[in-house]
Formats: sequence, structure tokens, C-alpha cells
Amino acid sequence: MSEQIALTGNEALALAMKQINPDVVAAYPITPQTEVVQLFSQFVADGVVDTEFVTVESEHSAMSATVGASAGGARAMTATSANGLALMWEIVYIAASTRLPIVMPVVNRALSGPINIHCDHSDAMGARDSGWLQLFGENAQAAYDNVIQALRIAEHRDVMLPVMVNMDGFIISHAVENIKPLADQDIRDFIGEYQPAYSLLDPDQTTTYGPLDLQDFYFEHKRQQVDGLEHALEVVLDIGREFYQLTGRDYGYFEKYRLDDAEIALIGLASTMGTAREAVNNLRKEGIKAGLINLRLFRPFPVQALREALQDIKVLGVMDRADTFSLNGGPLFGEIRNTLFDFGNKLKIVNYIYGLGGRDINLSDLEGIFRQLLEVKENGKVKQLVNYYGVRE
Amino acid sequence: MSKEDNAKKGWRDIPIGGLITESGNAEKYHTGSWRIKRPLWSREKCIQCLFCWAYCPDLAIEVEDGLVIGVDYAHCKGCGICANQCPAQALEMISEDKSDVNDDKAEVDHEKKTE
Repeated sequence: MSEQIALTGNEALALAMKQINPDVVAAYPITPQTEVVQLFSQFVADGVVDTEFVTVESEHSAMSATVGASAGGARAMTATSANGLALMWEIVYIAASTRLPIVMPVVNRALSGPINIHCDHSDAMGARDSGWLQLFGENAQAAYDNVIQALRIAEHRDVMLPVMVNMDGFIISHAVENIKPLADQDIRDFIGEYQPAYSLLDPDQTTTYGPLDLQDFYFEHKRQQVDGLEHALEVVLDIGREFYQLTGRDYGYFEKYRLDDAEIALIGLASTMGTAREAVNNLRKEGIKAGLINLRLFRPFPVQALREALQDIKVLGVMDRADTFSLNGGPLFGEIRNTLFDFGNKLKIVNYIYGLGGRDINLSDLEGIFRQLLEVKENGKVKQLVNYYGVRE
Repeated sequence: MSKEDNAKKGWRDIPIGGLITESGNAEKYHTGSWRIKRPLWSREKCIQCLFCWAYCPDLAIEVEDGLVIGVDYAHCKGCGICANQCPAQALEMISEDKSDVNDDKAEVDHEKKTE
């Protein structure tokens, strides 16, 4: 176990990649992820990793080269943000459907347009149906820890799916925090030597990747992807337990904070939930029974565990840092309502779409949101189901 | 679902990700039914240059002991490249509509068809 060190979120991700020492990294720079691959390319240039670093001409090529390397039996990684992820699009789906255990940090940033480089989750949410697992982390430590665990989850024989490790752009990527990295040897022991299930380069077990798959088998292969994600629900917990043994840091589907006796609660993703935790503390001092769920696993969606966690909550605020433009709420809101529809409880739900394009959300904002939930609890009515919080009228 | 599809293996019994883990099994996939025109080969006109064998994208020109002996209609998609490049006009594309050759039959009586 190493000592505590001060790193930015991007430095923490680059350090995790250095310690993983993947066989191949193919990447293209894009703000706010640039630093991750820039720092990593320095590790390559300095010879401190054995990685083949492929400098490509676009993110479409970055994901294509990563897919090719992974199909060739390599432990392959890349990283991106926003429009870079959008340019990868076609191949992002192919990585999942070809069952390649690629791990990709995504430093979350608003998708253009209008062009913007700051944090929201529109990039990751756009990729929510691509078949990748999606992990979110509140801070640099969580992003670092998630990358290490993601490798094991992705490569697990019952899963064999790529994992996107999300971290908030600028808010986390460019801010310095104290983190506790693992020792190199601990990581090597934890992730182990990579043993690919198949490889294009294995002459003893010849394998064709990506053949045409028509009406008679495509559907079966999609069903297999669902099976991989169903298994991922167990594997995420197993790997989390193993990681806890190693580090004492506890990871599951989500973190419950002061939820056991809570009447009002917020659920959301990433850095905002750290601020919300402080809001909960302040409200608790006033005797308000507030709590929160800091969701880590968005894909697959932990339906059963959330139903259990939310069973005694009276009013739930759902925090979405992206919109679906369905006029029916953000992506997390849709999942949560879908999760609770048949649950038969009297829970009232309110959606807050906030922070688009990096719009700040601070402690008093979150306390204000909790007070709105309290009002709903007291008068039993949701005035406005979907709220654009923090936008100027 | 069609009867043919229903008879195939379920998702638990096939390799993941659409991977094919067996070499050379494209032979089992009969693409001859895609054809709307078929090449007819004339033993008399053929000068055995083997250009058709080299050009065929589906390895559907059958060769034995270095000599062309006919066309593998189970795999020939009827693209016509063989007939187009043949320097001796020994291959002719004819419409499947006019043909009474059974698609399921890999071997045909080439002599009879050239009559």
C-alpha cells in the first residue's frame, strides 16, 4: 500500500494506466481528457511501461485500433471525452458486440453544440445503449479505483464486455486531490497476467472476428450481450469485495449515505454527489431526514438493489447532468421511474436536470433542492416533474 | 420465426460475439442460392489457362490435377468475373430462369447444359 499523494484526476487516471501497463494504447487527444494520454505517452517514451502506443489521426481510429489490438489478444485501452466519444461511435458498439474487454476512461464533457469543453454527462449518456458497462466515480480516487476494477470486470469470462470509466471533466480531471494509489505489485497481483479468451494471432485456435451476422444469428448474439451484463451484476460486487480486501475502500453498485432512516433523498452521479453529501449533513443538523444514493453503476442498471434501497423513501430527487430531449426527463430519471413503476410504493419522484455545459451547482443549490423535496413530502404534490435547475429564465 | 431459423442453435450454444472459431467453415455456407445468373463452362472451348480459377472471389472454379473440371454451384454467387475475363469464351453467363439445374445439387452435368 502506497502513501497518500496529491494528483489531478487526469494524473490519477494516467497513473492507473501506467500501473496496469497495458499491451496497447491507441488514443487521440481531446479536452479535458488530453492530459491522460499525454502523460501516458510520456511513460511510454520514458520506457517505464511496455505499452505499444499508437498515435492515430482520430478517435474513430483510436477505437478501431483498440478493437484490433484487443481482438489480437492484447490488453488494450484508450481514453476520450465528449466529441471524441461521438466520433468513435460506430466502433464503440462494435467493441461491445465483439465482446472485447476494453477499458476506456471517459472524462465527461458536454457534447457540442454549442461548443463547450466543460462537464456534463451528455457524452456518456449518449453511449448508454452501446452495450458497454458504465461506471461513474465521485472523485479522482474513485476514478483511479474504478479503472483498476474495470479491467477485472471486463476480462471476467462471464462478462467479456468493455467498460467505460467516467470521471467529471475539469471539476475532477483538473483539480488536485489527495489520493491513495496502490503499490505497483499490488495492482499486478490484482489484475494478473492477461489471458485472452480468443486471439486473432493464435494459430492453435483460429478465430474469425466480425463476420456478417444476418437474420438467423444476430439476435442470438445480442441476447448473449444481455447475458454478459446480467453476469456483470454479480462480478461487479465480487471484484468490489476483492478490492475492499486489498484497499479497505468499499465499492458496489452505489453508495448509500444516511439513507436508512431518510424520508427525502437524492440520487445522482459523480462529483455533484460529494457536494450533496455535505448538504445532507447540514440538513440533518436541522433534523431533516435527508439521505442520498451516489450511483456508481449505470450500465447495467442495478434495478433490484435500488428498489430495496429506496423502499422507505417518501420523496426522491433524481439528478441528471444530461437531457434526453424526450420532454419526459433525463436519462437517470427514466431509469429510476422504470425501476420503481411496478414497485407499488407511494414514492414521489422529481427530476432535476442541472449543470449542463459545466454550469456550477453548489452546496446552497443542493440544500435548496432538498428543501423542495421536503415541500413535496409535506404537501404531497409534485408541482413540476421535470425541472431545469440553474437555468436563467 | 421461419422453420429454418427455428432449427438453428440458440444463444447459449454458439460462440460469443459472432466469432467463428473453426477454420474454413465458409464451405458449409452455400451461397449458390444468391445467384441470378450462372456460368456455363465449355470443356471444348476451355484452353486451361486457369485465369477463372485465379479470378473467382469464391473459390468456386473446380480444379483437379491442375485442370478446370467445372463450377461449384453450391458456392458460385454468379458474379460473372470468370466469364468476363475468360480469353477463350469458354464461360457463358445464362439466366437462372432459363436453367433447369437444381440449386441444391453441387454437381451438374456441364456437358448437357452447354448443348
